[in-house]
Amino acid sequence: MCLGIPGKIIAITDAGSLMGMAEISGVRREVSLAPVAVGPLEALIGQWALIHVGFAMAIIDADEAAKTLQALADLGEAQETLDQLAAAERALA
Amino acid sequence: MALRDQRVTMAHGGGGRAMRDLIDEVFTSTFQPPGSEDQARLMDQALREPGARLAFTTDSFVVTPLEFPGGDIGKIAVCGTVNDLAVGGARPLWLSAAFIIEEGCEVALLRRIVASMAAEAEAAGVRIVTGDTKVVERGKGDGVFITTSGIGVIPAGVDLGAAKIAAGDLVIVNGVLGDHGAAILAARGDLALSTDLQSDCAALGHLMQAALAAAPGITAARDCTRGGLASALNEMAGEAGLSVEIDETLLPLRDEVKGVCEILGLDPLYLANEGRLVLFCPEAQAEACLAALRARPEGAGAVIIGRAKPGEPGRVTMRTPFGGSRIVDMLVGEQLPRIC
Amino acid sequence: MTPASMNFTSDFRDPAAAQRLLSAIAASCDRLGATREKPIHIMEICGGHTHSIFRYGLDKLVHEGVEFIHGPGCPVCVLPMSRVDECVEIAERPGVIFCTFGDAMRVPGTKRSLMQAKASGADVRMVYSPLDALVLARKNPDREVVFFGLGFETTTPSTAFAIQAAAREGLKNFSIFCNHITVPEPIKALLDDPDMLLDGFIGPGHVSMVIGIHPYDFIAADYGKPIAVAGFEPLDLLQSVLMVLRQIETGEARVENQYARVVPEHGNPACLAAMADVYERRPSFEWRGLGEIDASGLRIRPAYAAFDAEEKFGIGYATGRRQVAEPEGCACGSVMTGKIKPTACPQFGRGCTPDMPLGALMVSSEGACAAYWQYAGARVAAE
Repeated sequence: MCLGIPGKIIAITDAGSLMGMAEISGVRREVSLAPVAVGPLEALIGQWALIHVGFAMAIIDADEAAKTLQALADLGEAQETLDQLAAAERALA
Repeated sequence: MALRDQRVTMAHGGGGRAMRDLIDEVFTSTFQPPGSEDQARLMDQALREPGARLAFTTDSFVVTPLEFPGGDIGKIAVCGTVNDLAVGGARPLWLSAAFIIEEGCEVALLRRIVASMAAEAEAAGVRIVTGDTKVVERGKGDGVFITTSGIGVIPAGVDLGAAKIAAGDLVIVNGVLGDHGAAILAARGDLALSTDLQSDCAALGHLMQAALAAAPGITAARDCTRGGLASALNEMAGEAGLSVEIDETLLPLRDEVKGVCEILGLDPLYLANEGRLVLFCPEAQAEACLAALRARPEGAGAVIIGRAKPGEPGRVTMRTPFGGSRIVDMLVGEQLPRIC
Repeated sequence: MTPASMNFTSDFRDPAAAQRLLSAIAASCDRLGATREKPIHIMEICGGHTHSIFRYGLDKLVHEGVEFIHGPGCPVCVLPMSRVDECVEIAERPGVIFCTFGDAMRVPGTKRSLMQAKASGADVRMVYSPLDALVLARKNPDREVVFFGLGFETTTPSTAFAIQAAAREGLKNFSIFCNHITVPEPIKALLDDPDMLLDGFIGPGHVSMVIGIHPYDFIAADYGKPIAVAGFEPLDLLQSVLMVLRQIETGEARVENQYARVVPEHGNPACLAAMADVYERRPSFEWRGLGEIDASGLRIRPAYAAFDAEEKFGIGYATGRRQVAEPEGCACGSVMTGKIKPTACPQFGRGCTPDMPLGALMVSSEGACAAYWQYAGARVAAE
């Protein structure tokens, strides 16, 4: 349900009707900024948004994305520690 | 210049002087077919070689829009038929071209399409030797439809066919996939996508001849047109009675094509191509084959993407980057953009 | 990591990180004693998640103690045949341009699909956005442009904004055939089913970016089930599975937000305001396979009746509708409620294939049956 993909807002095309241009892997499509137009429109340029059926539905929070990826990296370290413990146990047994 | 009309009218299909003028000025003067009879009378030294075989194919072309980035319906009409001959191992020689023109079609557009066909035919080393035109009432066509038939010669000793594919053969494509399908989707305009994508439309006769010269062990080849790579591989795997496994990480795809697919929920494996072929080659000759392909511009992006394997006949699978695997089935109907 | 160097797509498809998650999931399953015979049942509510699971082969990569149950979150799949019939009826009216997302084109009605209606002469156009339908309405003032408003809370704001724009412009020839539905109500209906054996949920990420995570509080608070709202990349899904398993391990039941980069806790205020302005709840709405569910569908408020295709054409709930029987032998309902796997349906691969779909789950590429067929057909046949 609800195909949505990250796109970068690269321009405001019609401030009056809250329209802007989004770029997704080099493909450009005019999108409505109505869902994310809370402050000055110009501030949206350069931001990444989640695009769904021609609407910028949410501004993607880079800090939260980094936190999620960090949690995955930490998971790796925790897993390594567990693996080392298991190896040590096998060596002792 | 007897042809003064800016648009094609029913008179241009009526068999009289208007039709004669259209044919002479737009078609015959550009294609310059041999002789003036309704039939082309053909001879080629290659036909005299012992063991040589004739190859004959036909294809109809409809595309919206008629002109698009990287090509037009005329270029496709030449490339498509040349490629059908080429992937069978034939050297393409002669084409026929039949036009169904919708009343109201701009003569200037028709001239551009015909010029594009002539240029592509010359580059591909084929001659357009006979043809036909019909005019249909407005609303009964879509600008221009073109049917081309092609004749080529398969030299003695060349015998390609999917049934000849052996387990272990490598799967090779000649470049990035899906450019044509994605470029056309964007060019239609109704989805309001803008890209710098160009159609991959290209004639592959010379490329295929070069590959066969370098790697005579090539077992089979197909052009990946409608239905894309996935459909070509499914057909070939079925006829070979083998499985084919491709690797997602090896698939050559442009970022923009991935972008169009992500936006519209499409699978690039099913996007149409007009200048891409997939071939099967024994591993021992794969490097030579790749080198020969890459030496020509229409093969510069050639890569190995998978392998034929024993296994369920006709099954095509793709390994995902995580070591998972999914089935790549034939397309059901046409691929539609989706939101969910 | 700076935003400039981050790729919000490929960073969440990293195979090495996926391996770490798969190991952690396996370890958790072992601790829980989950096996192929006695698996943990996790429902991914959203059809987009179902699609990702099959596309990346996640169902076969995760420990066999995790069994995915494919939920009702595919708006095309849960649309009853009667609504498709009504679409066709509108599309076939003279002067109508009927605009739809591509997804709905092949869904069978009792007589025909929209694609078949198009072949018979109806002016049916596939569009990417309701905005494109608005453009068509402006360009064709002498035609009635109807947009097939379909989808859950993710898509509802887009048609609400379109109606607001049409009202501002005073467009007279634009209307929406509203079939918008909501996620929490059917989940509640599923949880109230005594046959239900679900241990946890993966929550729909894009619905949640609109409505936030609190509408799912009842799942944890009232039914004691864990839920993790998830993104759509493979790492998102695997991480959310791990979140659910860890909650089960610790005996907790909470609403977790795996997809915080897109999903704000309280959703999107502008979208919620537009939805509240344009739409109100219907007393009930019919779902394929689930029947009528109270307050699960939206309709256009009387203030915007001029843009309501049901009112304009006197169709659907505006008339007091006829009931349409679903096709015989179709087990879409049982599949959608997670009671049986697609392959257990007597019609799967026999009377119902993607070429000749009987039920909606075979029509939509994110329907559980089509996904089984497309990505796992042979594997399933071999089992």
